[in-house]
Amino acid sequence: MTQTDLLTLLPNILLVTWACILLLVDLFIPQRRKGMIALLAVFGLAVVMGIVLAQAGREMTAFNGMIVVDGFSVFLSVLFLATGILGIAIAYGYLKRMGIERGEYYTLMLFSISGMLLMAQAADLIVIFLGLELLSIPLYVLAAWARPRLESEEAGLKYFLLGAFATGFVVYGIAMTFGATGSTRLSEIVARVAGGEAVTTLLLIGAALLLVGFGFKVAAVPFHMWTPDVYQGAPTSVTGFMAVGAKAAGFAALLRIFVSAFPSLSVDLVPVLWGLAAVTMIGGNLIAIAQTDIKRMLAYSSIAHAGYILMAFVPYGNPKVAHDSVASALFYLVAYAITSFGAWAMVIALEKAEGKGLEINDYAGLGRKHPAMAAAMTVFMLSLTGIPPTLGLIGKLYLFRSVVEGGFIGLAIIGVLTSLISAYYYLRVVVVMYMRDGDPQVTSESWLNLTIGAAALATVVLSFVPAALFTLASDAVLKLF
Amino acid sequence: MNSMLILFIILSLAAVLSALGLLLSRSAVYAALFLVLNFACVAIFYLLLGAPFIALTQITVYAGAIMVLFLFVIMLLGAEKLPKSQSLPWQRPLAIGLAVVLLFEAGFLLFQRLHLTATLAQPEAQINSVDAIRTLGLTLFNQYLLPFEITSILLLVAMVGAIVLTKQEKGAAG
Amino acid sequence: MLLEYAAIALFIIVATAIGFIAIGLGNFFGPRSSTEIKAMPYESGMDPIGPGTRRLPVRFYLIAVLFILFDIEVVFFLPWAIVFRQLGWFGLVEMFIFIIILLVGYFYAWKKGALEWE
Repeated sequence: MTQTDLLTLLPNILLVTWACILLLVDLFIPQRRKGMIALLAVFGLAVVMGIVLAQAGREMTAFNGMIVVDGFSVFLSVLFLATGILGIAIAYGYLKRMGIERGEYYTLMLFSISGMLLMAQAADLIVIFLGLELLSIPLYVLAAWARPRLESEEAGLKYFLLGAFATGFVVYGIAMTFGATGSTRLSEIVARVAGGEAVTTLLLIGAALLLVGFGFKVAAVPFHMWTPDVYQGAPTSVTGFMAVGAKAAGFAALLRIFVSAFPSLSVDLVPVLWGLAAVTMIGGNLIAIAQTDIKRMLAYSSIAHAGYILMAFVPYGNPKVAHDSVASALFYLVAYAITSFGAWAMVIALEKAEGKGLEINDYAGLGRKHPAMAAAMTVFMLSLTGIPPTLGLIGKLYLFRSVVEGGFIGLAIIGVLTSLISAYYYLRVVVVMYMRDGDPQVTSESWLNLTIGAAALATVVLSFVPAALFTLASDAVLKLF
Repeated sequence: MNSMLILFIILSLAAVLSALGLLLSRSAVYAALFLVLNFACVAIFYLLLGAPFIALTQITVYAGAIMVLFLFVIMLLGAEKLPKSQSLPWQRPLAIGLAVVLLFEAGFLLFQRLHLTATLAQPEAQINSVDAIRTLGLTLFNQYLLPFEITSILLLVAMVGAIVLTKQEKGAAG
Repeated sequence: MLLEYAAIALFIIVATAIGFIAIGLGNFFGPRSSTEIKAMPYESGMDPIGPGTRRLPVRFYLIAVLFILFDIEVVFFLPWAIVFRQLGWFGLVEMFIFIIILLVGYFYAWKKGALEWE
């Protein structure tokens, strides 16, 4: 272990240390003032983000090549840290309102985020596995946070059991990959495969198992069964954090593993990935139509969006388009993160104790009573559908373009058609808000309003200057290949 | 080598029988105790394979700590006695089918690799058990230093999670 | 070779044998006459109602989980103890960090009262 090792891992070390300190500080803070922990946690996240940004543009490896800092890891780390800050912003008032505020909430979030950072930086399957666990275990606890409310306990248990099951697949996949190549280091795996030392069948089984395991984590059909129940039952602030953070981290690991370790398998995996993306887009969007509960509707929407991002994986073995398709996946992750956070923040604004205010019909009359809120929600719904002028549209354009360039026109058509289907249920929310009369009760809370406003603004403004963001994403994946 | 083979056969019988006992006993507590026996057999298998550290871990963590948790949870749920058969109609044929597949697979691998096992046999002859653990320790604490430290954070998070989920907060509304 | 473990095997055999002998001798020499009323649980002379077992409080679970976590910690000590001379200061610092992180958890559990039986 050298100084470089420590410097490379500095963001993570700081984050974990800060989480430990907050865990202890929390013991001495009276119950009324737990909000202080939230502010301290945000402060920590901001400092760590500064350090990550300072690392940008450099290329570093540490701990015998287990940790890599490159454009990809910096881009995603910033996304994860921002997710953390927004996650705390939407939780701050909500937890108090629901009477479930405890200091450990924020501490566990910090631990979870440090797991996400590890997954973005890992260049070794064992570290990816540990990052996945560090990300997941706090989330299992957070999903059950509103204990003893039954739905929340159910969500925690379901997420834990299925998550542990998925982790089993990941571990098994790692074992198979190790058996096939004799190494867990991504660069070694690629070298052994290129040198013809690998057992191809085993490697393929390993890759398939890893795909299944991470498929659970990113909620791709047919591994999505847990998603609606968990997203609905967990406290909404946790759901928002989970829907963005856990999904992005899962995709980060998938991209890193498949692009840098399994390029040789792309020919065999293309039909699998094609099918997975298609089924996920179709399944998620079709089932979402039938939902009347906004949390369930958004859960299926998040499944559908996993399908869109999976589209970017299909051409990953084609050197001509792989770079653009991975970059568009990153772009779409950012677009989805911003929009989805805004939508979940809106859900929180309308949610009342005892799980009231979660039906789509409860949004009736929002257009008249709270025009600004309704406008923001409209922006989010348009963006999730992919209607201009929003970031969601641009993200989809980039994705479809790289898929078409990769020669998968059928998949792109499925993507467009399912987007059209999704318009039905997203726009229904807009219709209910403006066309129906009702008396929605909105909780106005400064942090929450700030999140909603910022997300809506970013969704619209960034859609006019998408090239800047896409260049960032594009630069980020430059070194991945 | 012959004595090893006899030992192996006895152990395998014990392992299979304890696994059967686990499946067939109506009382959950007895099933858990059969599982302890099974874990012990597996631990000795690890010794036979020249992996003393894994054997030790198997005993301390699985047969020790995890079984304590199992027994506590069984009593916690009040699930000592299982209700009579509530198996699904297709469960039995499916289980038999899968077992046959597994058996076939294992047999195939065994016969395919038979000529290989001759060269791979008796790893325990070369490795002294302290040396085995020493090799493992040096690898773990040098090359795998980072995963080792992350493990401690995982343990910490698990601890916090368990306490948060079970401990009643004094004076809090939760 | 497995002969190193012969002492442990002997220990297990003797321990098992003592168990069997103790119970077997009692069974062999002791008078036995079991009737249904005799086998009934004693409940202040009343006929017992409902199942004899009752559910344990959730505290046991917490204790068991904490036991597992510290048990896993101990598992890491064993290889470390064998190689710590070779590792030198480096190994000491490494294990120090490991323990500090777990001490944070220990302190947290203590302050939260997770180790108390109320």
